[in-house]
Amino acid sequence: MSEVSTISTPAVIGISLALFLIGLLGVMVRRDLLFVLMSLEIMLNAAGLAFIAAAAKWRQPDGQVMVLLILVAAAAEVGVGLSLVLRLYHQFDTVDGDEISLMRG
Amino acid sequence: MTIICYAGCAVALISALMVITQKNAMHALLYLILMLLALGLVFFTLGAPFAAVLQVAIYAGAIMVLFVFVVMMLNLGPATERQERRWLGARIWSVPALLTAVLLALSIYAITSASEARVTAGVVTPKEVGLSLYREYVIAVELASLILLAGLVGAFHLAPARRELDLSRSAPGTASTAVETTQGE
Amino acid sequence: MQLLWLVPALPLLGALVLALMGGIMGRRAGAVIGCASVGLSCLVSVAVAGRFVTTHVSVFHQILFPWVTVGSLQVPMGLWLDQLSLVMMVVITLVSFLIHLYSVEFMGGEADYSLFFCYMNLFVGSMLILVLGDSLLSLYLGWEGVGLCSYLLIGFWHRDRNNGIAAQKAFIVTRVGDTALAIGLFLLFWKTGTLDIRQVMQVVAAPEMRAVAFAAGLLLLGGAVGKSAQIPLHTWLPDAMAGPTPVSALIHAATMVTAGVYLIARTNAVYRAAPTAMLLVAIVGAATALYGALCALPQRDIKRVLAYSTISQVGYMVLALGVGAWSAAIFHFVTHAFFKALLFLSAGIAVQALGEERDVYRMGGLFRRLPWAGWTFLIGAASLSALPLVTAGFYSKDRIIWAGWFSDQGSAVFGAAALLASFLTAVYIFRVFFLVFLGHPHHEIERLPGRPMKLAVAVLSFFAITAGFVGMPQILGGFSPLLDFLSRAVGASTPISSRGEAGFLVLSAIETLTAIWFAYALFVRVPAWVVGLAKAPGYEMVRQFALTGMGFDSLYDRVVVRPYVAAARLGRGDFVDVFYNILAFFVWMSNRALSATESGRVRNYATGLLLGAVLVTVLLLLR
Repeated sequence: MSEVSTISTPAVIGISLALFLIGLLGVMVRRDLLFVLMSLEIMLNAAGLAFIAAAAKWRQPDGQVMVLLILVAAAAEVGVGLSLVLRLYHQFDTVDGDEISLMRG
Repeated sequence: MTIICYAGCAVALISALMVITQKNAMHALLYLILMLLALGLVFFTLGAPFAAVLQVAIYAGAIMVLFVFVVMMLNLGPATERQERRWLGARIWSVPALLTAVLLALSIYAITSASEARVTAGVVTPKEVGLSLYREYVIAVELASLILLAGLVGAFHLAPARRELDLSRSAPGTASTAVETTQGE
Repeated sequence: MQLLWLVPALPLLGALVLALMGGIMGRRAGAVIGCASVGLSCLVSVAVAGRFVTTHVSVFHQILFPWVTVGSLQVPMGLWLDQLSLVMMVVITLVSFLIHLYSVEFMGGEADYSLFFCYMNLFVGSMLILVLGDSLLSLYLGWEGVGLCSYLLIGFWHRDRNNGIAAQKAFIVTRVGDTALAIGLFLLFWKTGTLDIRQVMQVVAAPEMRAVAFAAGLLLLGGAVGKSAQIPLHTWLPDAMAGPTPVSALIHAATMVTAGVYLIARTNAVYRAAPTAMLLVAIVGAATALYGALCALPQRDIKRVLAYSTISQVGYMVLALGVGAWSAAIFHFVTHAFFKALLFLSAGIAVQALGEERDVYRMGGLFRRLPWAGWTFLIGAASLSALPLVTAGFYSKDRIIWAGWFSDQGSAVFGAAALLASFLTAVYIFRVFFLVFLGHPHHEIERLPGRPMKLAVAVLSFFAITAGFVGMPQILGGFSPLLDFLSRAVGASTPISSRGEAGFLVLSAIETLTAIWFAYALFVRVPAWVVGLAKAPGYEMVRQFALTGMGFDSLYDRVVVRPYVAAARLGRGDFVDVFYNILAFFVWMSNRALSATESGRVRNYATGLLLGAVLVTVLLLLR
């Protein structure tokens, strides 16, 4: 555990950025609402990775605290989000995000 | 340790890519769980064991399980899979992928032109995290619990009513098993 | 007398109030405000007139506020009260008030009740500005104002497209005249440096301004011809009968069509300096008087008869102006206002009683069933025909014929034309009377007039009889205070030898009575030779010719309208239009493009966000 010094922080942050963008790509491309939710999870985790990388550089617990809070937020969001998806599926008989565009125009 | 870190990152990236390109929801979920586990590993190598455990236990262990349950409940069959295949042509990918690539390139350039920093010291123990939570971040803890309460109430309120989910068919069965279990204890 | 400004201001204020709050005020309030504003204006004008007369002033000038100040042109808004504008003001407010009263009941079933009174008030206000204004510019302001209100009121029942077309025709034809008037005003300002009427008249009277006076006289005549429906710009008036009857009575009989007469009377210095222009005025007047009478004869629509009658009678006034009998022209304006409005309003009673039936051949036997309409129409018809001694029309019209024949500027041609027109006038109006009020009934009476309508026609009948007694001819005592009064403003009339005036009066009396008997014989008794004449070849052609106003409409259509429309069609795709079309197309395209971004899809919005993020990052990096 003593050779953590060779990991370059910008690289890890770059990787978290790439992960975030992958998640964003998924949000933009997928029509199925469940996949959109999954992509959102990817994005949240990417943010968490960035926090941990920064915390590792400065050797502070704040990063892990932030990850905990992100986790909490993700849990609440998934709970409510999935209920919404269920509701939408129940009402519109589809989980296609494009169909549910009543706010068009 | 460095190699393990970068390997874990690679696995995470690849499985994330697999998540967004899968046609079947279950497969995508499994890839997502794999990504979470990989990230847990990365956290560990970056000297954050507490976060790593949280990631594995709670994220992959609880939140994803919730996801799996809902996907199974929705019961999206092969028809959905074919539909997804139709929706995900090359044309759909082109513009977002292009934009994403541009942004990625710009951001990498921005990051690498900043100073080269290295991770300095060692592991941040759970004890330090705990102390920090109950000293500087105690308000955040309270707020987190409020968020969870809100999520709970929201999910409870938004979920379709029991009869709408057509669970009545299995009602007699579940009732009897519930009675049995209580009697068993 | 300081309250003079209230006279035009009250109706304008009424119009404003009705315009802003008419919708929420309710019918009763709308009618009350509409009538009260004009009624109060009438009271003020009578009071001012009384003061004017009793204090023996000659003019009263009240400047209200500075209006136009451009370069060397300084025109304040002011009111000029002399004998001429006084008489016009009193008559206008009185007749307007009575017609407003009549309209309270007549327009009772209308949905746009308050709007009607708003327009009418606006009209009265504009007309008063026209006659009371001290500068040519305020005269023009009132001129345009009455033109606008005429358009609004003719097309009042706007849901029927034909009414709108009639209103447009009125506006466009009078516009031709208005343009001539405007050019005349430009010329006068250019040559005299001012627009104040008094000053312009003084400058124009000078001998070196002969040419200017001649040109200005012609141009002002052009304007008068348009507004007063004289040949050749008269074609709009018969079609203007599409508007409600009170509108026809007020605007197209008593007031607006006399605006041209007022204009020429007011600017008489111009015409005194240009005798040739004055001769042209007389020619136009005499020709129109005869033309109107001829065309009124075969008409079937009762209001069209009255429209052509108005054209003819205003022709008399113009003729009087043309031979220098200025006061006589205004005298005839006064009497005509009363009896023509009376004729229109009583005809309106009859028309409304029969459920909007306007064809004289389908109205009959109304005298017993509608006594109010019958008696008042009879009085009006008698006054129009100049029934001797008892009617106002006798005194005013005969003075004009007399002046047209025997004045120093008159001639036998004018006199004979006027006399012939007078004969025809009696014939056509009594034709209408006999056909409508005697004979067999064709329709059931649907509604009887109520008190407001009865009161209005009763008062007008009184004036139609008595208004002439202030202008008696020399032979019968020479009691003519009105004419003397007027001549102080417009100057002395061209002298007429009063020899043989008695003989002339007897002649004209005989002529009127003969005409009435003639109409009776022709249209009530219908002797066999008339029936034979009606079957004669060529008769129908002549009748059609007169019925359509002697073909003026089709002439204008061929000579003016069709070439213009063809030219407009040719110019439809020219480069200026292309420019605007491109603008419109561009706007439409952008609308399409922008609407497409509002798809309601979350994915698209996320893409938009990413695009924005990329742009911002690029901008940040470039800095």
